[in-house]
Amino acid sequence: MLEILGKTNIDFMGKRRWAFLFSGIMVMLGLAAVVQISRGAANLGIDFVGGTAVQLKFEQVIRIDEARKILEANGLGNAELQEFGQENKLLIRLKASTTIEEKVAERVVAVFTKEFPSNHFVVDSSTEIGPTIGKKLQEDALIAILISFVGIILYVAGRFEFRFGIAAALATFHDVLAVLGAFYLLEKEITLLVVTALLTLAGYSMTDTVVVFDRIRENLRMRRRDSEETIINNAVNQVLSRTIVTSLTVVLVLIPLTLAGGEVLHDFSLALLWGVIFGTYSSIFVASPLLLLWPKASGRLLKRS
Amino acid sequence: MKKVGGRLIVLTLVVVLSVIFFIPSYQPFYQALPAWLKAVMPNKGITLGLDLQGGIHLVMEVDEDRAVEIAVDRSVVSLQDLLVDKKIPVESVTRTGPTQVTMQFQNAELKAQIQKMIEDYPAFLETESAGSANMLVWELRELEIKRIKDSAINQALETIRNRIDQFGVAEPMVQRQGLKQIVVQLPGVKEPKRAKDLIKETALLEFKLLDEDNQVKLDLPARIPKEKEAEVLRQAEAKLPVGDQILFERAVDKDTGREYRIPYLVKKRVMLTGDVLSDARVSIGQFNDPYVSITFDAKGGREFDRITGDNVRKRMAVVLDNTIYSAPMIQERITGGRAQITGTFSMQEASDLAIVLRAGALPAPLKIIQDLTVGPSLGKDSIDKGVQATLFAGALVVLFMMVYYRTSGVIADFALALNLLCLMGALSALNATLTLPGIAGIVLTIGMGVDSNVLIFERIREELRGGKAVRLAVDGGYAKALLTIVDSHVTTLITGVALFLFGTGPIKGFAVTLCLGIGINLFTALVGTKVIFDLMNQRHKVEQLSI
Repeated sequence: MLEILGKTNIDFMGKRRWAFLFSGIMVMLGLAAVVQISRGAANLGIDFVGGTAVQLKFEQVIRIDEARKILEANGLGNAELQEFGQENKLLIRLKASTTIEEKVAERVVAVFTKEFPSNHFVVDSSTEIGPTIGKKLQEDALIAILISFVGIILYVAGRFEFRFGIAAALATFHDVLAVLGAFYLLEKEITLLVVTALLTLAGYSMTDTVVVFDRIRENLRMRRRDSEETIINNAVNQVLSRTIVTSLTVVLVLIPLTLAGGEVLHDFSLALLWGVIFGTYSSIFVASPLLLLWPKASGRLLKRS
Repeated sequence: MKKVGGRLIVLTLVVVLSVIFFIPSYQPFYQALPAWLKAVMPNKGITLGLDLQGGIHLVMEVDEDRAVEIAVDRSVVSLQDLLVDKKIPVESVTRTGPTQVTMQFQNAELKAQIQKMIEDYPAFLETESAGSANMLVWELRELEIKRIKDSAINQALETIRNRIDQFGVAEPMVQRQGLKQIVVQLPGVKEPKRAKDLIKETALLEFKLLDEDNQVKLDLPARIPKEKEAEVLRQAEAKLPVGDQILFERAVDKDTGREYRIPYLVKKRVMLTGDVLSDARVSIGQFNDPYVSITFDAKGGREFDRITGDNVRKRMAVVLDNTIYSAPMIQERITGGRAQITGTFSMQEASDLAIVLRAGALPAPLKIIQDLTVGPSLGKDSIDKGVQATLFAGALVVLFMMVYYRTSGVIADFALALNLLCLMGALSALNATLTLPGIAGIVLTIGMGVDSNVLIFERIREELRGGKAVRLAVDGGYAKALLTIVDSHVTTLITGVALFLFGTGPIKGFAVTLCLGIGINLFTALVGTKVIFDLMNQRHKVEQLSI
């Protein structure tokens, strides 16, 4: 039997103050990101704020500073540029300050055709999104997320206890906020695909938390004499090897996707990678200790057994 | 331990069904099948989304207000004609607001006469003419405005469908979305710009007479560079005769290849529009220059006959979307119901023009509010890279499970393969469209599949450590892991359903694969692998479980 961890007996709950401190900082960061997003100050993708993105693939090397210069000279100075090194790819993004009626994508293409006549290129992709659509997308995504949170709290509360539902939802929220905060700090663009990644990691984190909670419930029924802190600690230790093995396999999937999955999948996989790490951490150090914040809770589960 | 037989049959059935449904998604294999087999099999599988195969996704809005204005403009023109026919001397009939027509006349005695004419225009209501004896104001009825707006979108939908059909795209989708939006999806289009132009062009064809007498007085320049259009319009504005407008012809200098414009003074009154066309085709002229020959329907032919007869030796402009294509002299009465549109265009432009003329004009301009164009090369790039990385990642997981859990790991790998197969089968059966977020959903599902197996195996290990016999340990492990697996799947399913119900576009695609995946996962983890363990235990008594 190959084992990464043998039988462990780590006092996770005892470290909850440190965990809360660290998580508190991450959550604050995430909340700051949310505030910035709602103020429109964060790097929101054009799928949410509207605008134009054109990706060009050149035959020869294209220097980003030259590209910027010629765009400025042609009145497209507010463009954001991003290059994908080895392949001579250039991504040009313009937020919706300029309206779609002006055919921004066509203008960009025309500028490059004119200024770099010898360096041929093909248009890999071009996206133009009106601001109204972005607004609708934002609202839809928010509603979907809120509804799923309420649904999860209700389900977990029904299957376990109310405090479990709250703790699971908070832990999941914590993970999403932490990754969002990290993306905000690194000034990465928050696109629809990144939001999908956040939803995916919410799913992961929830699964992780429920697995630990399940064990806690089982132990609460069996060993009624131990203190709740001991019971929770034991449960976390018992499922620890499962937690590690699962996270490890998922990380195994995500590392190649992040490194070699191509530019479209890169940010998506990166968000998931961080999400899995935070999710694993939070199910041990956040969700379970949160249960202890309601120590006098009557404990429907305890009574039942 | 229960009997294995029944579950084994179910498992086999599911696998066979999945394979049958998946086959059409893999075209090379599907095409190689004999015809009789194809006839009894499902014929449609998974479609790749635009992000994966390239193509165009457009969301457009019909400019409804403009459609109403255009309708009012038409009434103004026909009202003018009617007044001329009835020999009622009116000073002016103009559209004075989006839905308002104002008539002014010198002779106050005419008022009653004109007022009665509203009977011919039931769409309008007379409003208070501000006490003026020399003025009448008509307003379009609310109900009529609503009707025009509603028919505008339906007409636009119909027209776009026609145009795309004639352009030739493999599997186009043209749909109404909400009240006033139109969604067009053209997968795999090679010339995105051309396709977009074809869809967006209003293609309003009009025949208008030149005002040659006044053109001389106005002293318009013979040709101007294309940037100077606005300047010419500004200069002439004050001197413009009532009922006239300036339109430009687009032309190319044969020597320098530079584009220039020729300004013309044109009477605003529309003699004939493109809706009386019955056909439009590309023909090749004497000098190998393409032109479009049009055929009028019976009514249009009669009208054209009358108009050309009344205006011999005068010049008539062929106007498309407010640009003059040509302004030939009418040499004689044209009776055949045919005409030609010449101009400086390439073969392709001529054939696109013929398409839009055949398909008819849009009732109003379209506003593109979302435009996603993915070149075929990027689509291929992202598939190739994504698939390679996924395969590599998959291999790592398979290997890891085998090393860590030995024989049991192989069983888990089998479950993963089963999982993927069923998911593909289910997606094919639903004719789902696979997009990048959809693939993300699959990745999440696979992750959960691994997790279910890990949960079960860790439980079995605990039971074995507790000293239980293999058979009991396996049963116990499954039984104890069951609740956990169900709980974790249901919570994720709640997320999935919420996203499916309230999410849009790409998020919905994610939700579909996620929800399907969760259901299939439960099946493969709780039935699929258990059957194999049970089979192993049934054949010979297993003393040591490789786990």
